[in-house]
Amino acid sequence: MWDYSKKVLEHFLNPRNAGEMAEPTVVADVGNIACGDALRLYLRIEDGIITDARFKTFGCASAIASSSVLTELVKGMSVDEAAGITDDDIVRELDGLPEAKMHCSVMGCEALAKALALYRGEKPAPEDSGRIVCRCFGITDNKIIRAIRDHDLTTVDQVTHYTKAGGGCGKCREEIAEIIRYTRADMAARAKRSSQSPPRTNLQRMQQIIQVIDDRIRPSLRLDGGDIELVDIEGTTVTVALRGRCAGCLAGAVTLRDVVQHTLREVVDAAIEVKEAP
Amino acid sequence: MTNTPPVYMDNNATTAVDAEVLQEMLPFFSERYGNPSSIHNFGGGVGKKIDEARCRLAGLIGARPDEIIFTASGSESDNTAIRSAIATNADRRHLVISKVEHPAVLNLARHLVTGGFRVTEIGVDAMGRIDLDELSSSLTDDTAVVSIMWANNETGNIYPIERIGALCRERGILFHTDAVQAVGRIPMRLSELPVDLLSLSGHKLHAPKGIGALYVRRAVRFEALVIGGHQEGGRRAGTENVPGIVGLGKAAELAAERIPIENSMVRALRDRLESSILASCPDVSVNGDPENRLPNTCNISFGYIEGEAILLSLDIHGICASSGSACTSGSLEPSHVLRAMGVPFTSAHGSVRFSLSVQNSDADVDRVIQVMPGIVAKLRAMSPFSPEAPYFQNASQDTCPSGGSCS
Ligand SMILES: Cc1ncc(COP(=O)(O)O)c(C=O)c1O
Ligand code: FES
Repeated sequence: MWDYSKKVLEHFLNPRNAGEMAEPTVVADVGNIACGDALRLYLRIEDGIITDARFKTFGCASAIASSSVLTELVKGMSVDEAAGITDDDIVRELDGLPEAKMHCSVMGCEALAKALALYRGEKPAPEDSGRIVCRCFGITDNKIIRAIRDHDLTTVDQVTHYTKAGGGCGKCREEIAEIIRYTRADMAARAKRSSQSPPRTNLQRMQQIIQVIDDRIRPSLRLDGGDIELVDIEGTTVTVALRGRCAGCLAGAVTLRDVVQHTLREVVDAAIEVKEAP
Repeated sequence: MTNTPPVYMDNNATTAVDAEVLQEMLPFFSERYGNPSSIHNFGGGVGKKIDEARCRLAGLIGARPDEIIFTASGSESDNTAIRSAIATNADRRHLVISKVEHPAVLNLARHLVTGGFRVTEIGVDAMGRIDLDELSSSLTDDTAVVSIMWANNETGNIYPIERIGALCRERGILFHTDAVQAVGRIPMRLSELPVDLLSLSGHKLHAPKGIGALYVRRAVRFEALVIGGHQEGGRRAGTENVPGIVGLGKAAELAAERIPIENSMVRALRDRLESSILASCPDVSVNGDPENRLPNTCNISFGYIEGEAILLSLDIHGICASSGSACTSGSLEPSHVLRAMGVPFTSAHGSVRFSLSVQNSDADVDRVIQVMPGIVAKLRAMSPFSPEAPYFQNASQDTCPSGGSCS
């Protein structure tokens, strides 16, 4: 059996907001019964605020728990705020998911994105377009590329865990490996470009630090059930606090120096010193 | 979770070591640790115990003791049998298996394809039955071995071993059967059957994990897989797993006595479990061939809900079962057995296997029957699918969004 967190089991056993909604503003269906999981998300939106959210899910415990926390998260948010929710937020709310189950949180986000697009009268998100790479699960190259970027994926198995692509007949695995190769090459080139132009003003540096922590460091810590909080930036000294599983963990000092400082030095400024808040 | 022992209905995955089996094994971990190959009496006495185990196991399957080779697992027996068959028929490059074989046979056969072998995988019908005409017409002069399981681990289906063996014998082709799920559950007399090679495994019949055996008919040529010392008459090298062998021997003796119980009491428990679930839960169906099934196995599909969610709900009530759902396999695809049967994806994802043993009781069945309708109703209330809405409007039933290759 999977090693689920207490939170996943709790949401599975006592799902919040499960069941149909009487008069929803929008309804979004994602997934497919044939592929083993499917989610219908109902939102009621009044004056740009999500006043109610409900779901119906066909799937395993992590799919049901992901749907449950998603509805809790979005309730009370404005449409714009909700648009900022990522699959990492769902995973964090659940105190982590087994890696092979990451696609369950991704499905929650897809439903949300689709519902919000429907509300705004927009076309489907770009990852729905593109070329189908995995025929077994109908996964496009755009969706794979996005998963690699968002979650810093390096192997085909990881891509399968997040997107399902490659988890069926396996015929597409070589192509996924190729997509990983060129996407990572592109990511490395971008990282290099940004590190070559060190920030000129304090404000620029601060903005870059915040961005790197939000976009790169936090997501990877969250995968291990940890989190990071930015406490202060003074010149090139950055003070952070580690939360969740990282806090008090023996390897805490190593995490700080190795991950946070290394990343910030590489991307923002080689002079950066990282300190942990007392 | 309560502290009461679990209701264990996953005996096709593994069984509890019987208390009498354990008792018989224990001395061979401690005071009787000798090496059966030794000249001294201390080790030699252990060798006698291995002979006894071989006789007991031979008795259970109606074979001669010298036709039994002890191995380390059912999987090793399957691998040894098939590799021996092709090694002793070096001019033949074709294998016949079924699509519902255990991975120990299926993946070995597919692996052999990379070495230049041709493999025919015989399909099954909606009830999981193989077509003997298809099997017969797949046999060629190039066929080295046919490997068809005696009983299927997921559905419990029993295959017509005698008729398949007869077809092979007519054509002078070796016949291997993976009887891991059948041994100890249904009677068998190999001396009267056209079976050349047969695999079995201890942990499915209340012996420990990590001990298996291979039956090799006397006249059949054999080539060892594990080469080294002279153990098992030079047919399987490696100092014997003495406690395991002793345990398997005792378990075989007990199984021989208990086969009638399997086919009366266990069958009655299984039948009551199955009919109660069918009566109390709507939109369920049985997978497999009700006419030709192991007495202990029941595989049920619950429409519109997913197997892992059902298993986890059962687990909360202390009930152990298993599922053919993709979510439990880690492979993202549902059971290859149910797919080979053409079971719709909807049903395959929602399948649950209950497999009983002589250790189950009426109270166990009562407990499952008591909680099952509630679990199904709760998950159905959360499911977007129902008989009225069996699939999303934008997707058709049982096909992938891409119309892809997974069907
Ligand atoms: C039909 C069948 N064959 C082979 C095996 C493998 O046996 P073992 O686990 O001893 O390797 C099993 C059990 O998992 C089985 O059910
Ligand atoms: S095409 Fe991707 S797994 Fe089959």
